[in-house]
Amino acid sequence: MLHTVNKSSFERNSLQSCLNTIDDSSVILLIEDGVISAANNANSSMLADLATQGRVYALQGDVDARGISSKIADNIKLVDYAGFVDLVVEHGTAVSWV
Amino acid sequence: MATKKFMYLNRKASYGTVYAIESLEVVLIAAAFEQDVSLAFIDDGVYQIVEGQNTDGIGMKNFSKTFHALGDYDINKLYVSAESLEERGLTADDLMPLVYEDEDDDWEEKPSVKVVSNAELSKIMSDQDVCLSF
Amino acid sequence: MKFSIQINEGPYQHQASDSAYQFAKAAIAAGHEIFRVFFYHDGVNNASRFTVPPQDDRNVVNQWAELDIKNADGEPELVVCVAAALRRGMLDESEASKNGVEGNNIHPAFRISGLGQLIEAGIQSDRLVVFGD
Repeated sequence: MLHTVNKSSFERNSLQSCLNTIDDSSVILLIEDGVISAANNANSSMLADLATQGRVYALQGDVDARGISSKIADNIKLVDYAGFVDLVVEHGTAVSWV
Repeated sequence: MATKKFMYLNRKASYGTVYAIESLEVVLIAAAFEQDVSLAFIDDGVYQIVEGQNTDGIGMKNFSKTFHALGDYDINKLYVSAESLEERGLTADDLMPLVYEDEDDDWEEKPSVKVVSNAELSKIMSDQDVCLSF
Repeated sequence: MKFSIQINEGPYQHQASDSAYQFAKAAIAAGHEIFRVFFYHDGVNNASRFTVPPQDDRNVVNQWAELDIKNADGEPELVVCVAAALRRGMLDESEASKNGVEGNNIHPAFRISGLGQLIEAGIQSDRLVVFGD
């Protein structure tokens, strides 16, 4: 499955709820304000494990828009919208954590 | 018509926003399509099916009783996150007693609401073909 | 693959419609088919023909219209939920006349229809992605 999270982990618990229910093979794509959780900040530990497994992505356009391109945490993979489409194709059912 | 597993993901309480009532409206329409339907109530979504809602003081329609109709439409898989209940000081006893009649078991009345752990919810979610979030 | 998209928020207020548009554009560019885009909740406001955004910013409604998402019969597959639309004052000519309202505001690139269209989109598509708040 592909889980998209579009809210910052400082604003909402969407990322935490996603992490509470994600299975062992699904991946997470951070979009919109959700990319804030991809930056090195107080909440970085939330995604560290999954990122090490190569299961965390962030939308490049949203990262650049928010001026945090140089602050992205290790192992988080940046994709563009074409990459977003590919992730949906590859990972099946999409779950939106809004 | 193909049968797919549809999950309706409810994470917001009723009344503060429109998502709860409008997602229920989708579920009721969906009943006519004879798909395999599950509802998941996570985070504040658990409040959607808390018993004893009274909206007289806020001038909004109390639509909670509509949940009782789901059983008649073969929608009887309402999963509630145990962790979400606990965080909010709620238990299964605080929830509406939603039931359905099991046609495979002599029409015995059974509960539609199933309190499950996040781990169990994870398995249920992984099984879904389509997940609608509101 | 056949994609469907659900959009839960109106233009400008949330990024949902923009994200969905960029996604749809990328999917089309990659050779995928957009079966249907379904506008629900405040998302119905993406169908307003009266929008006049500032000249130096994107026109969300027109962007959707320009994608020209239609089915084999040439009907728009930018679908606006009738129940959500009516309660928010989004009406096409037919609904306006049915409900005794003067004037209508649905952009011609969109069509109003029932919630069943969302379920059907889920059934008929290979993937359905939701953009919301």
